[in-house]
Amino acid sequence: MAEALATISQVQDRGMIQIRADLAQAGDAIAEAAGLALPEQGRITTDGNRSLGWMSPDELLLVLPLAETAEALAVLQDALATEHALVLDVSDMRAMFRIQGARALDVLAKLCPADLAAMPDDGLRRTRAAQAACGIWREPGGYALIGFRSVADYLRAILAGAAAPGTGLDPR
Amino acid sequence: MLTLTCPYCGIAAEETELQPGGEAHLKRFGPGSSDAEFEAYLFARRNPKGVHFERWRHAYGCGKWFMAARDTATLQVYGTYKAQTPFPTPEIVAAIQHRHPQWRPDFDATSPTPTSAPEGLTQ
Repeated sequence: MAEALATISQVQDRGMIQIRADLAQAGDAIAEAAGLALPEQGRITTDGNRSLGWMSPDELLLVLPLAETAEALAVLQDALATEHALVLDVSDMRAMFRIQGARALDVLAKLCPADLAAMPDDGLRRTRAAQAACGIWREPGGYALIGFRSVADYLRAILAGAAAPGTGLDPR
Repeated sequence: MLTLTCPYCGIAAEETELQPGGEAHLKRFGPGSSDAEFEAYLFARRNPKGVHFERWRHAYGCGKWFMAARDTATLQVYGTYKAQTPFPTPEIVAAIQHRHPQWRPDFDATSPTPTSAPEGLTQ
């Protein structure tokens, strides 16, 4: 039997912090507190350990190791104490999956109405995977996908289904 | 299929990533207005064959509301612009007139807000 198109794994060791603020005003403070450059529209910046993604004109998402979440949360809240801003630990609200493999793009192309092949290397694309909202960015060897934890089982199932052996999109 | 570019995040979003919000640039008639105005504000909507201005929400994305100008018959999109815009922008009007030279805006873009319900819809 042929191999699966990609390896799907749920990531349990990543924390996520949602940051909502006026990025033009508080952007520098956020970048300094997060330890990463502020991403441009539709992009994600990373240093290999942490990532800071642009979610909307007033929202950023910091993805970092779960163990660092509490400390980073405090640092960000302190940095934004004088701003009209929201800093929230959303680690338990979200589920994260890794889609690793040479044909990871095929898996996502079946589920998302987005041209992920044209996404820049440091792009972050919010879209839907079948019926569930998700965010997607590139990682070495594949893609990372985040969605709501309430639909994590659904996401895992559709990703596994889309990666079923012998279902590649390229002509045989 | 309708593809609209979200003016907030620059993503060319496909129709199923968006939530439709009906006609754009409605003026609210609340307390103090006449019954006819209030009824028209609640229920009377344009249904043109041709140029139409609509509200859309980038639901599976940044979540922001924006406006789109499109042709209901050909699905041609003349452009999208932010929801904070009281009237279609000059660029949108120019794009429409490039395709339909006879088309004339039925709003006065020099006034601060829309001043009346759509023509022919009030009693």
